[in-house]
Amino acid sequence: MKDFIIPQFAPGDERDMGTPARHGPPVCLTIDGVQVTVPEGTSVMRAAMMAEVQIPKLCASDNLEAFGSCRLCVVEIEGRRGTPASCTTPVAEGMVVRTQTDKIRKLRRGVMELYVSDHPLDCLTCAANGDCELQDAAGQVGLRDVRYTPGANHFDVSGQGARSQAEARLRGGHDNPLFIPKDDSNPYFTYDPSKCIVCSRCVRACEEVQGTFALTIEGRGFDSRVAVAGENFLASDCVSCGACVQACPTATLQEKSVAALGTPTRSVITTCAYCGVGCSFKAEMNGDTLVRMVPWKNGKANRGHSCVKGRFAYGYAAHKDRILSPMIRDSIDEPWREVAWDEALAFAARRMHAIQERHGRRSVGVITSSRCTNEETYLVQKLTRAVFGNNNTDTCARVCHSPTGYGLGKTFGTSAGTQDFDSVEQTDVVLIIGANPTDGHPVFASRLKKRLRAGARLIVVDPRRTDIVRSAHVEADHHLPLRPGTNVAVVSAMAHVIVTEGLMDEAYIRDRCDWDEFQHYAEFIADPRHAPEAVEALTGVPAADLRAAARLFATGGNGAIYYGLGVTEHSQGSTTVMAIANLAMLTGNIGRPGVGVNPLRGQNNVQGACDMGSFPHELPGYRHVKLPDVRAIFEAAWGVKIDPEPGLRIPNMLDAAVEGTFKGLYCQGEDILQSDPDTHHVAAGLKAMECVIVHDLFLNETANYAHVFLPGSSFLEKDGTFTNAERRINRVRRVMAPRNGYEDWEVTQMLANALLKETGRAGWHYTHPSQIMDEIAATTPSFAGVSYERLEELGSVQWPCNEAAPQGTPLMHVDGFQAGRGHFMITEYVATDERTGPRFPLLLTTGRILSQYNVGAQTRRTENSIWHDQDVLEIHPHDAEVRGVNEGDWVRLASRAGETTLRAVLTDRVSPGVVYTTFHHPMTQANVVTTDFSDWATNCPEYKVTAVQVSPSNGPSDWQRDYQAQAERSRRVLSAAE
Amino acid sequence: MRDPAPANLAAATPSAEDIRQIVAPLTALEGPLLPMLHAIQAEWGHVPQAAVPVLADLLNLGRAEVLGVISFYHDFRDHPAGRQVLKICRAEACQAMGGTGVAAETLARLGVDWHGTTPDGAVTVEPVYCLGLCACGPAAMLDGRLLGRVDADRLLAETGAGA
Repeated sequence: MKDFIIPQFAPGDERDMGTPARHGPPVCLTIDGVQVTVPEGTSVMRAAMMAEVQIPKLCASDNLEAFGSCRLCVVEIEGRRGTPASCTTPVAEGMVVRTQTDKIRKLRRGVMELYVSDHPLDCLTCAANGDCELQDAAGQVGLRDVRYTPGANHFDVSGQGARSQAEARLRGGHDNPLFIPKDDSNPYFTYDPSKCIVCSRCVRACEEVQGTFALTIEGRGFDSRVAVAGENFLASDCVSCGACVQACPTATLQEKSVAALGTPTRSVITTCAYCGVGCSFKAEMNGDTLVRMVPWKNGKANRGHSCVKGRFAYGYAAHKDRILSPMIRDSIDEPWREVAWDEALAFAARRMHAIQERHGRRSVGVITSSRCTNEETYLVQKLTRAVFGNNNTDTCARVCHSPTGYGLGKTFGTSAGTQDFDSVEQTDVVLIIGANPTDGHPVFASRLKKRLRAGARLIVVDPRRTDIVRSAHVEADHHLPLRPGTNVAVVSAMAHVIVTEGLMDEAYIRDRCDWDEFQHYAEFIADPRHAPEAVEALTGVPAADLRAAARLFATGGNGAIYYGLGVTEHSQGSTTVMAIANLAMLTGNIGRPGVGVNPLRGQNNVQGACDMGSFPHELPGYRHVKLPDVRAIFEAAWGVKIDPEPGLRIPNMLDAAVEGTFKGLYCQGEDILQSDPDTHHVAAGLKAMECVIVHDLFLNETANYAHVFLPGSSFLEKDGTFTNAERRINRVRRVMAPRNGYEDWEVTQMLANALLKETGRAGWHYTHPSQIMDEIAATTPSFAGVSYERLEELGSVQWPCNEAAPQGTPLMHVDGFQAGRGHFMITEYVATDERTGPRFPLLLTTGRILSQYNVGAQTRRTENSIWHDQDVLEIHPHDAEVRGVNEGDWVRLASRAGETTLRAVLTDRVSPGVVYTTFHHPMTQANVVTTDFSDWATNCPEYKVTAVQVSPSNGPSDWQRDYQAQAERSRRVLSAAE
Repeated sequence: MRDPAPANLAAATPSAEDIRQIVAPLTALEGPLLPMLHAIQAEWGHVPQAAVPVLADLLNLGRAEVLGVISFYHDFRDHPAGRQVLKICRAEACQAMGGTGVAAETLARLGVDWHGTTPDGAVTVEPVYCLGLCACGPAAMLDGRLLGRVDADRLLAETGAGA
């Protein structure tokens, strides 16, 4: 039995049960005359709540272990002395509990009186008015009077005179030495110590839920207050996840938005639109104003937790940069003209039609967005297949997880992760390869860290010492800091150790995998050239460490592999994915809770975008477009002939554009100029096109090369579904009307209809996204059981969801692989063509940071920029010294593809010979530097390995200056009147 | 309770490296944080702010956790004390024997408040809550040496501050 608790609730039940759920044999007891049966280990408080008996409480919450500090939840238990706290007292068979006696009432009032004697009574002007547990508890215990005369307190500024010089010096400037002014350094919430009741809920939430350990109780006794290490919250270790704010029963930790906008009056459950964790949130509203986003405790991906992006960084949706009217222009040198929707759509349709007339059916295409809903993505690929009549559709998954689709498809038979996130709670050994969960997937990272603190072991394969390698109370058993680009060699060497030392799970392999293929693979991998000692010089990973890590993974119990773009964005991305799958099969780690192969998806709907047939060779459900029976399904549904030839991938579209054979593009919700590799080439491709339609919230960098701009709607403004990294289909619900007038699927439908009108064909007539989902379900077997009704009923569902699995499929490959038998693939290491040399001696690898998201179009337009206002270059002090680079210097970062400048940060997080940066800011344009090398199987760009040189610089590069000027020119807008 | 004479008062704040050296022999202990804090205070007479990140990193704790522990114990000070530390008992038994008056007079004659240090750096006065010397109240302690049946004259004499 793992000591890890998943709160279990009936769907829709949002009551706080006080303490976490337990699992155990039933225990029967009586509370206030009510008989109740609960699992052994349950607290008396929780048992009472289950029996609908409310016990007043302040320090207890069911996402935290019981603490027993507020003394408000005392009860009487027959045959026991005193009045124990119900939160810390476990139930026992036959126990008789009384929660409402005269004695208890008196005690509770006495305790409450003490709390209130040191709390400002400014309820009517307090931001938590109506949403305050202290207020509720005072009402519940019937507090009518506070008998204490005014004395020492924490809230009266003019207060009591210094009790000590030290104290007076510490508090500084105020007459009341106990008064500490409000800390409003964090952009999203305030800390007001004068309202603190020292229940420790925030401290425990930071430790138990988030795992950051940024808060503490400073001092002791009456002096104690919540504190951070550092000058204020902003300067502390706080990552602004919001867990403390949510845990606070008073207004001590309070969202600034609630203080500004008032207490919310209604709420809508929806899904976060940032990373692939897919957290469920309650959007709390006042009319059509979003007051705050609060993680929903019944959300199955996040279990009530959040990160700084989902919780707070939604301000972009109301940012002044948002474009709300359609715009067109004849050429990209002209300023934009705001026009009516009809005119913009007709202009776009005319141009696209003309291009097809002149250059052929296949001269145009679309790019679907992993940020938009499944329904919207489905419509965009339908648009190219059914309206343009070709398969030129691709998606940003091309540049992130396309190798996952390929690699897992080849080995297991399904292009998706095998587990749900809950699975991590039963893991014994976690292997993280090329992922930085604390920055990229923070809510999953918190759940992972909780399991690690409870005893699971950790192996991290990453060129950088990421936070998960070592941070408060978490430390990897093995960190293998490989040279970028040598993933295949490292993972294969681990397999080599397992095979040659006989650590594989032979029974599992014989039972579930293709035995002949395995023998062939075993012979290949056992070759001495794959030994850790043989590849050490190449990978930079000490052989002894690698052997120890491999042994731990093979013998440490349930082994789970989590990986990210550090695996896929390589010339051998697909090979590494297959090597990972081999490793999981070798050790029997597929098909039950606690194990599996788990790609951490970068974007909210990258799984969904892939599922929905965004790829040029696949119709929805990963079925090849060459298959006549698959085409027949869609031909019947859409009433058109589908092109049997696979279309162009994004890089091919750009190549073809430069060559002059690809002329028109409809790009929804993706900024390919900033996010795709080799920016010069992308710019050249876009420039060569005759009609680029950008459909987005903002005039993004790609829009600098566009002729039509269609304003998009934010995730708050539309209905639909997102599919997260665990294949979970979550509902996105419209909480306000689209500011641009239309939900994105409506815009795509209007564009399709304008195009269809141009060629005299019948239009589309969807009136709600649920109809699009019905069409998906009708045409795609793995979604056959999905409908909006089903989603309302279950909350969310993991595909496959069909007749065989009407409740969905939390774990894949339970009774054998989807592919029939698991396939071991040969994974020969082939060095990338990108090599270091005298001119470019360093290896650049790229990644993300917690507060910013991808190209930053959204997060840069929120207060999150306070944490990360520019991209910086991490460089090892040795490499910096020989180049004369100091901390904070401007440096020039140059590769064969291009150069940019940014500031340097000296750190030993990176090994000598490796430098690292992020790609969140358009001014840096890190992708000017990255090359056009890509994965051999899927063309996923090799972002993670670029040979570079770093040298001191004194300002922006020529490209940065030229680009800035071009972008400014291109963003000019003439208003409709002119 | 101990308050040994600080060995290193003259020197300024220790560096991170100094702190690492002081605590290095204690890393193998179970629950090493408190012994480390004692060692630092013994060496430097106080636990400087600079120790917080060093200890947090060494023990893989949050910086806030280390701060929480330091601030919980009144005996850990974040800046150097005077050359002598005088602790006057303010608990019930000593109060009953006139301890409050002794304390007030002593503070007044030294010209400091609780936790204060005389301008010449000779004495720091701190409250303490019971020295286990109730039979000899009012009680006090000077640099770890217990004093019974004290009055202000005696305390000032003991500290060398004169009459």
